[in-house]
Amino acid sequence: MHIVICIKQVPDSAQIRVHPVTNTIMRQGVPTIINPYDLFALEEALRLRDAHGGEVTVLTMGPPMAEDALRKALTYGADRAVLLTDRHFAGSDTLATSFALSQAIAKIGETFGSPDIVFTGKQTIDGDTAQVGPGIAKRLDLLQLTYVAKIVSIDLNKREITVERRSEGGTQTLMSKLPCLITMLEGTNEIRRGSLDDALRAARSRIVKWNAADAGIEDLTKCGLRGSPTVVKRVFAPATRAEKAEQIDTTEKTPRDLADELIAGIFSRQPALEDELAFDGDA
Amino acid sequence: MTEKFDAIVIGAGMAGNAAAYTMASRGLKVLQLERGEYPGSKNVQGAILYSNMLEKIIPDFRDDAPLERHLVEQRFWMMDDTSHIGMQYRSDDFNESRPNRYTVIRAQFDKWFSRKVREAGATVLCETTVTEVARDADGKVIGVHTDRIGDVILADVVVLAEGVNGLLGTRAGLRETPKPETVALAVKEMHFLPEDVIDQRFGLKANEGCVIEAAGTISRSMAGLAFLYTNKESISIGIGCLVSDFAATMESPYDLLENFKKHPSVQPLIADSEVKEYAAHLIPEGGYKAIPQLFGNGWVVTGDAAQLNNAVHREGSNLAMTSGRLAGEAIVQVKTRGDPMIKENLALYKSKLDKSFVIKDLRKYKDMPALLHTNSRNFFTTYPQLLSQAAQNFMRVDSTPKIDKERATTAAFIKERSRWGLVSDAVRFAFAWR
Repeated sequence: MHIVICIKQVPDSAQIRVHPVTNTIMRQGVPTIINPYDLFALEEALRLRDAHGGEVTVLTMGPPMAEDALRKALTYGADRAVLLTDRHFAGSDTLATSFALSQAIAKIGETFGSPDIVFTGKQTIDGDTAQVGPGIAKRLDLLQLTYVAKIVSIDLNKREITVERRSEGGTQTLMSKLPCLITMLEGTNEIRRGSLDDALRAARSRIVKWNAADAGIEDLTKCGLRGSPTVVKRVFAPATRAEKAEQIDTTEKTPRDLADELIAGIFSRQPALEDELAFDGDA
Repeated sequence: MTEKFDAIVIGAGMAGNAAAYTMASRGLKVLQLERGEYPGSKNVQGAILYSNMLEKIIPDFRDDAPLERHLVEQRFWMMDDTSHIGMQYRSDDFNESRPNRYTVIRAQFDKWFSRKVREAGATVLCETTVTEVARDADGKVIGVHTDRIGDVILADVVVLAEGVNGLLGTRAGLRETPKPETVALAVKEMHFLPEDVIDQRFGLKANEGCVIEAAGTISRSMAGLAFLYTNKESISIGIGCLVSDFAATMESPYDLLENFKKHPSVQPLIADSEVKEYAAHLIPEGGYKAIPQLFGNGWVVTGDAAQLNNAVHREGSNLAMTSGRLAGEAIVQVKTRGDPMIKENLALYKSKLDKSFVIKDLRKYKDMPALLHTNSRNFFTTYPQLLSQAAQNFMRVDSTPKIDKERATTAAFIKERSRWGLVSDAVRFAFAWR
């Protein structure tokens, strides 16, 4: 079985800052991580491989430094990593990204064997669109299973997979033919700690690097900024709210007084609440 | 699969990177293990980079190393609660083509250094903690065990560059646990400010940098030092005191730092800044007398783990780098001769270190840690206060005759420390400095 998993190197959103003067996001010096949702997909791919044999190929599109994310994926135990990197890809929106990735996956299929499953995370934490996975599936004409919470079973002889999918109404159990594309939900598993052998292999691996031509992409107008209809018109920081938090002076007051003062303060702002919470009888 | 390397380096700080680079670039098969997520993620320093010591490892480091500002000015402050009296030196000579000192941000610098190590051919594993050194029946160190599932990794020699609080070497009995009176605890904040604001506040231009080092009542009678370094778009500000002093006084480090930041001499320099990060770290302060055994059968120890830090001149990373380099060179020499990595042969590292500035500087100040520790109240509270009073007395113009002012100043010194105390402090300080 050959599994391709698409990951993205994203800025660690917990450590991102807005420039106090220009109000733009300060990307410089912000540590990067593998998109956390992708790690659930990666672990699921590794588990399938461990149980049924085969190989896991990790794919990312990004600047040369995205190699760090791929090397980390190898440390977790992936077998092979492909970095799709080319200036022509700069400024890609989800349409252009899914185009480039689907071309690269087709090339991976030709080079290393046709994938049975393509995994992605549910969405990225920097774009939050959840569009790239479905975009790849559509372009490669793969059956798509989104928001998958659990892989119930896989039958490689019948080429069938059964999954549980989270939907608004509840959980759906779906059976699909292979090959398919799966976008994994968070919280489905926990990424493993790679063995010493995996870590050593990852540290020494040469990452496969493809530019647009290597990935067999001929139509560059579908790539990068040119291939991206999405336009960012303005980036801004939310305005600071005018209202200030009210502070209660705690010195020389009993807890009972403080509680009374707090409740009075809340009720004065939310009069409706007082009626709602009114006690019947003696409190 | 049990793999064998020529050398395993534990830690990817200044000492570890210097050792790994030196050995890998001379063709040794080197494995470097770092517990942090990436090299530099666990490393904390002020930080000032000393060019000369890095040039001896990577001569053209200026081409691509992430450097913040080169230093053209240094200020030393003696502080009391409302004032500082000090000395400052600034020279355009420091605007040379190959500047002598730079401020750096270690998280970025160490990533660069580690890339050089990998380019030199070493295998670098991060997020991998060495749990134990492996020994043969005779007690010779033959490799390491890690916290990842897998076999022992073998090597002819293990270079311990695990930092000040390296549990590995102490657990293995290769050296003692650092004592509270031989390590300082320093806390530091990074304050973001636009580049031009920093330039204005410190009178700097085009990548020039300024360093302030301060002592006095800010350390509340403990032996300690505060600092303020200008980076390109941020200011590193911190303070450190001996751990034993913190324990005895029950003072808290962040409280000292908050106090230092509020000092009228400091506050305007960092006003309107945004705190970017907060860090704390231990600093070896024991000096020459605290240096442990530096080599043995199958191992050497370098950098902070070996207490190689010059507290008087606030130099650490250059001693770390140099000890790492010399350890690497010694190992390469032993290897080239085809000799085993046993104690007798690895003594070469110690003799190289003895001949270098590292041990010579530390030996020069061997009595300083004890002096400052036992007399910390005098050196860090009484004298700064007296000096400040004397300066103010001198500058404030009123109707007091000058001769009376001088007498008052002298009387204040004698009252606080007595003639004998003053002479004895002066003599002891002079001897410790000698």
